[in-house]
Amino acid sequence: CDRWGIPAMMFLSCLLCSFPSFHLAIHIIAHLFNFHRYSRSRQATNGSLASILSSLSHGEKEGDSWLNPIQSPDMTVEYVTFTSIAGLTGVIMTIALILMVTSATKFIRKNYFEVFWYTHHLFVFYIVGLGIHGIGGIVRGQTEESMNENDPHKCAESFQKWDNHDSDCRDPQFEGHPPESWKWILAPVILYIFERILRFYRSQQKVVITKVVMHPSKVLELQMNKGGFSMEVGQYIFVNCPSISLLEWHPFTLTSAPEEDSFSIHIRAAGDWTENLIRAFEQQDSSIPRIEVDGPFGTASEDVFQYEVAMLVGAGIGVTPFASILKSIWYKFQHADHDLKTQKIYFYWICRETGAFSWFNDLLISLEQEMEELGKVDFLNYRLFLTGWDSNIVGHAALNFDKATDIVTGLKQKTSFGRPMWDNEFSTIATSHPKSVVGVFLCGPRTLAKSLRKCCHRYSSLDPRKVQFYFNKENF
Amino acid sequence: MGQIEWAMWANEQALASGLILITGGIVATAGRFTQWYFGAYSIAAGVFVCLLEYPRGKRAKGTTMERCGQKYMTTVLKLFGPLTRNYYIRAVLHLMLSVPAGFLLATILGTACLAIASGIYLLAAVRGEQWMPIEPKPRQRPQVGATIKQPPSNPPPRPPAEARKKPSEGEEAAAGVSAGGPQANPIPVTDEVV
Repeated sequence: CDRWGIPAMMFLSCLLCSFPSFHLAIHIIAHLFNFHRYSRSRQATNGSLASILSSLSHGEKEGDSWLNPIQSPDMTVEYVTFTSIAGLTGVIMTIALILMVTSATKFIRKNYFEVFWYTHHLFVFYIVGLGIHGIGGIVRGQTEESMNENDPHKCAESFQKWDNHDSDCRDPQFEGHPPESWKWILAPVILYIFERILRFYRSQQKVVITKVVMHPSKVLELQMNKGGFSMEVGQYIFVNCPSISLLEWHPFTLTSAPEEDSFSIHIRAAGDWTENLIRAFEQQDSSIPRIEVDGPFGTASEDVFQYEVAMLVGAGIGVTPFASILKSIWYKFQHADHDLKTQKIYFYWICRETGAFSWFNDLLISLEQEMEELGKVDFLNYRLFLTGWDSNIVGHAALNFDKATDIVTGLKQKTSFGRPMWDNEFSTIATSHPKSVVGVFLCGPRTLAKSLRKCCHRYSSLDPRKVQFYFNKENF
Repeated sequence: MGQIEWAMWANEQALASGLILITGGIVATAGRFTQWYFGAYSIAAGVFVCLLEYPRGKRAKGTTMERCGQKYMTTVLKLFGPLTRNYYIRAVLHLMLSVPAGFLLATILGTACLAIASGIYLLAAVRGEQWMPIEPKPRQRPQVGATIKQPPSNPPPRPPAEARKKPSEGEEAAAGVSAGGPQANPIPVTDEVV
């Protein structure tokens, strides 16, 4: 739910990074020892088994039945490495992988995303190299027929006599094992190509921008329409703006409800691409830049509608999916949608300062008004917690204590300062809804998830007919 | 792309290269490959590079995540002043360090990676980047005196016009309604019990 926080992708990249790197190291080290032994065997002059096997024919008219890829005693392992397909592709692949790994550390990804994004396209070299790595057939095995003429169990001891006419054992013949890596990568590569084509096709569908709103604190809201686009609450889309950057696609949580006519995102200035995008839309004179959209992605947070009582906690930028959820709940409630089981919502909004989220503030104000009109003020109970308060703000608030609306947000419910005391909140809710099942949904930091989960356990009654709190692990 | 600090990536790449040099060096030395003494060199060079690159430099903008326990090496690096600050020197140093390891297959990967890191450092140097140490910020103890707000120095808005001083700053916080200059209140001011 923050800019790159797609948990599954992060888990996978962690796995994909460390696992192959470790095995790559083992693979390379094994080849180093192997080549070292080949080199020594090639240079051995003592008529040992190793030296005889090494001198087996290279390109003779019987075909190349050689075993030792190092063809002459002068040839160095470095030469063979860089002149064989396996060696060259191996070096290229390894360097590509290392560059991809060093540019993909969390630090670099978070702060210099373009370095990660563009370098990661080296994967093409990696995959192609992987496919052709084994073509040279350097790893050799004895041929079937040769096994009949020269069984290693019988003939290994008598290797000095292989040349003799009357010996049972002929010179062994070796052939290269066919490359096998393509069998592993074929299916994933095909799936990947198919997915890229599908995403390209989807992104080519025309996106019509129906409304552009510039909110305070440099937040840009874009309302759009696209043929065949259908979304669920809590999902996100990837957005590309060719006039800013051809290759970059950035994820944004959808802030509109599925029931609305168009879908929307709110973009905050948080880096090169977003700042350029906001600047491009700010210019009134030139035409609106073209936008491409891919998605929606992400698991839908449908579970929210299944609980009688819902506790929604949005911390910082994690409040964004709740825009979609709150709007959708409100639509369903107004239209008495049977899918909606929710009777009461407790919404906790925790942030340092509301500046960048004043648009969400406005959403709450309008929801508040609509609920008043319908006479359903109790439906949504929300609390805002400002964690970045100072004595000035508090003084100001104390001064305006008896005003009807909150001085910070303009909402009817007053702003609290500091972090919520979850024990109080949970016990209050448990007392007010002694027989309900309460769903707790969080979009925020892991530490908060831990505290909430603990509270869920603590305040769920042992009696299954009484109040139960379920913490939903979805980190939107 | 204007905000990319190439030195940060060069640092990650160089650190990885150091580890690769050490690994390749250990393999070559343990296996007693031909010319294995290059492997021994590679271990030493790798350790040196790792120590040099372990402390992350400070980002130009924003906060920088330190590596665990890097403050010890940071103090050492600070002692060398411009030698460690300047990225041209680092680029040349890494390039020179990588050359001897290139003679051995086991360590040639380390050479390639360190040479690439050297190239990225060169790019960083050309763009004027520098290594700045991450210093721990001194913790600000809250001054007890500063949190006490002064009581209003002027009486409530009744203008004794003659002895008017400039109104004091910061009244909005605790003092309540500002005691302005000589003024005629447009609406009558009543005392509200809060």
